Amino acid sequence: MTDLSDVKNVSPIGQPLRRREDQRFLTGAGQYTDDVVLPGQTYGVFLRSPYAHARIKSIDTTAASKAPGVVKIFVGADLAEAKVGGLPCGWLIHSKDGTPMKEPAHPVLAQGKVRHVGDQVALVVAETTLQAKDACELIEVDYEELPAVIDITKAAGVGSSVHDDVPGNVCYDWSHGDAAAVDAAFAKAAHVSKLSFANNRLIPNAMEPRAANAQYTKHDESYTLFVANQNPHVERLLMCAFVLGLPESKVRVIAPDVGGGFGSKIFLYAEETALVWASKRVGRPIKWTADRSEAFLTDAHGRDHSTTAELAMDAKGNFLALRVQTIANMGAYLSTFASSVPTILYATLLAGQYKTPAIHATVKAVFTNTAPVDAYRGAGRPEATYVVERIVETAARDMKMDPATIRRQNFITEFPYATPVGLTYDTGNYEAHLAKAITLADVAGYPARKAASAAKGRKRGLGYSCYIEACGLAPSNIAGALGARAGLFEAGEVRVHPTGTVTVFTGSHSHGQGHETTFAQVVAAKLGIPVENIEIVHGDTGRVPFGMGTYGSRSLSVGGTAIVKAVDKIIAKGKKIAAHLLEAADTDIEFENGEFKVAGTDKKIPFGSVALTAYVPHNYPLDKLEPGLNENAFYDPTNFTYPSGTYVCEVEVDPDTGVTRVERFTAVDDFGNIINPMIVSGQVHGGIAQGLGQAMMEGAVYDTESGQLLTGSYMDYTMPRADNLPNFTLAHTVTPCTHNPLGVKGCGEAGAIGSPPAFINALTDALGVRDIAMPATAERVWRAANNIA
Amino acid sequence: MYSFDYQRPTDRTAAAAAYQGEARYLAGGQSLIQAMKLRLSSSERLVDLGGIADLNGIKLDGGNVVIGAMTTHATVARSAEVQKAVPALTELAGGIGDQMVRNAGTIGGSIANADPAACYPAAIVGLGATVHTNKRTIAGDQFFLGLYETALQAGEIVTAVSFPATQKAAYIKYKQPASRFALVGVFVSQGAGGVRVAVTGAKSSVFRVNAMEQALGHSFTPETARAVVVPADDINSDLHGTAAYRAAMISVMAARAVAAVLAR
Repeated sequence: MTDLSDVKNVSPIGQPLRRREDQRFLTGAGQYTDDVVLPGQTYGVFLRSPYAHARIKSIDTTAASKAPGVVKIFVGADLAEAKVGGLPCGWLIHSKDGTPMKEPAHPVLAQGKVRHVGDQVALVVAETTLQAKDACELIEVDYEELPAVIDITKAAGVGSSVHDDVPGNVCYDWSHGDAAAVDAAFAKAAHVSKLSFANNRLIPNAMEPRAANAQYTKHDESYTLFVANQNPHVERLLMCAFVLGLPESKVRVIAPDVGGGFGSKIFLYAEETALVWASKRVGRPIKWTADRSEAFLTDAHGRDHSTTAELAMDAKGNFLALRVQTIANMGAYLSTFASSVPTILYATLLAGQYKTPAIHATVKAVFTNTAPVDAYRGAGRPEATYVVERIVETAARDMKMDPATIRRQNFITEFPYATPVGLTYDTGNYEAHLAKAITLADVAGYPARKAASAAKGRKRGLGYSCYIEACGLAPSNIAGALGARAGLFEAGEVRVHPTGTVTVFTGSHSHGQGHETTFAQVVAAKLGIPVENIEIVHGDTGRVPFGMGTYGSRSLSVGGTAIVKAVDKIIAKGKKIAAHLLEAADTDIEFENGEFKVAGTDKKIPFGSVALTAYVPHNYPLDKLEPGLNENAFYDPTNFTYPSGTYVCEVEVDPDTGVTRVERFTAVDDFGNIINPMIVSGQVHGGIAQGLGQAMMEGAVYDTESGQLLTGSYMDYTMPRADNLPNFTLAHTVTPCTHNPLGVKGCGEAGAIGSPPAFINALTDALGVRDIAMPATAERVWRAANNIA
Repeated sequence: MYSFDYQRPTDRTAAAAAYQGEARYLAGGQSLIQAMKLRLSSSERLVDLGGIADLNGIKLDGGNVVIGAMTTHATVARSAEVQKAVPALTELAGGIGDQMVRNAGTIGGSIANADPAACYPAAIVGLGATVHTNKRTIAGDQFFLGLYETALQAGEIVTAVSFPATQKAAYIKYKQPASRFALVGVFVSQGAGGVRVAVTGAKSSVFRVNAMEQALGHSFTPETARAVVVPADDINSDLHGTAAYRAAMISVMAARAVAAVLAR
């Protein structure tokens, strides 16, 4: 680690600076939504459905309304009467027959039916949270329980319908790729490898649960919402335009310090929407903070696919075609970006790192009586990588080929490369990270380690995963053509103060990513001023220009580029001011190390003096230049970015118990250029922990009859902990992104994307089995190791 | 949490007198407080036993180590006396929960709660300990009656537990991966009264494996323990382990416990 003081006179780009924000996080000085207490504060608690599927025959709030401290109780009928809309879905998918996806109503408070355990039925506002909870218990709801639809493989066409207006429960039946070309390739294939598996359902478990605090201000008829959220402008747009019918100019959304999101805080949820609406009716601010049980029940979950994959090869193991059929769970309602995850963010990634010439995927999305499912760290790309890397590993075994060799033989080697699933990879060098990973993982020494394990009665296995992801979401025109109902640019504003310090306003949002450090490093390098002179502001629609927020590993490549473009405008204007002061032509001014210079002379003026002149324009070209030094930029990328890497996992199984230890884990990533290697390592560490968590232990389980969430607390939902994981060996290769000025690709999701198949490939290698289900619990491994059905 | 009345008496008599109405004793609170916060448990009154000095502490009494009911797991885990008399017990106490749980949770609270996956019940039965209350003494074998059910009567207070000093004992805890309670915990001892094998986590309450005790009485080896097949009939089955798996793990963990005893 490096202190700022150690790197004077060195470009801050590439320096492992300590995260500036950690001081306040680690000393209790963070300001999270729950820390915000407003004058006249009231507290909201949601009454939630105890049933997975039931018709609401009546709701009686008489007794609850009279309970001590109760301010007001709202139920679905109140919102219906006020003509409050339903929550929208931000991405339109069309079925293969051309019909649009089914978009059943997603009410803010239940209207007539509840559709999953935890569905919100009423909002109780009281003087304290405890009083609101007490009052909740006095609300009498008469439910008529209905059969719950839980199993995604049986949801389509089953008699019970989650939504009365979607009989059969199918949201869409989508396809992508060239089916005829795939069929033709399978017809001439020498061998077909086939595998069916589930991608297990996950619960996000951000450290900070969701929270909101909504205030209506009478004097200007405006609303302020504090909310634990990853994209406050998107939150405001969706809430105002589609649900509450409010002008955006009257609503300010502030996402202050946010303790992790992993995707789950991208979405517009019912709770904060209800709070904003109710805050005007109550006339006092209302705060709600989810308890951990609510988080388990109502945060949008992740993954939950059932898939069959087939890979056709010639006799030499060259890939000819890939065919994938997936059923994806949407849960009870369409969450904000749910429809795009198993389609646009999934099937487009099925080429992986390979030049498979023909690919076809069908994806059937179904409604079930479970919590909504939406983007979770990786969002579609982990599912795609799992499909590709499991079937490739299986193919290597079927063909009796070395798993590295079959990958290498099929790698894309020439760029740009247009895949058969609609993406164009701009750059990459897959052989480089594979070779580096093989060296760092000491694959050469593996046979000896395997023999040593065998001598102890243990089974050792080694598995690869060569992942690719599409990050830097996204070129708006491409996304729009694919059904996105929003733009995916990013905004940045750079405000230079008279004394030369700088405030940067970004539409990206940091909820653990360390933007306040990384972005400051970028600006410091560009302007040649110290990092500590730069303040990064994010997460407030009242301060930052309209931005799209943080998800999809987009912040540096898209948000960072917007900042770079704004800084470039600052420098361009600064050159004109400097030219005036130095009595030179604009075109003769160079900017370097924080100084404007007349090329070829020793005449120069520091950045700070130019800034001062811009605001004290006594000697200034006012006839042709506005005073001030304040610029903003919107950047819309021309392509996705394509981080890639090779992960090698080595496991040891105790066949007596099925307990599996990850003995070695090597990750070689190509993220393009790296601004802060320590932050990047932190992102990769966290991502691998989440990926191995998915593969080894995590999994949301609903009772298939009652629809109750069986893994509703940390007593039963197994999170990965430090003692479940080895020290990771991390390294990088670099092929800079070709279409953004920083040459960066994104690093936030790679670990979670690449690691599950590496682990399962290693484990199935150790056990000598074709497949094992995730999470590979000790009992599952024990049964596989001992041939117990 | 619902509101409740809170009492903190400083002696046993006052504690018993305070136990009125819908009351519960609070003895560390590492299970009770969590259940109350989730509104899964409510009491009109909590009688905190933490203020009663003579319920806390460890002493040697002849061939027994006597642990006061309000002695925390952390204290037992660090105790040189317990380490010397029954090393398996310090190891067991040091493996309960996490450091925060061990700093607050007590032996009396644990056994009175009788969680089916708690560790201490395995030691009580696996060592043939004696439970002392403010009214009587209860043999460890007779103390645990079922799921969260003990021989204690309403208002009766556990005051201490006596463990016979035993070097030849070991506890192997196979942790449920999420909660890290015992999925299967096996306590094996080879004491004056013969071999004892007590299992926690696998049924509604701690139990002895008689067939394994007899087999180990003839031949105290890991292989002997491993060879005993434990019937899966009334073994717990849940997300984290079917009955068949838990039953198999009893033999595996017992074999490891025997190996640990032999290594002492």
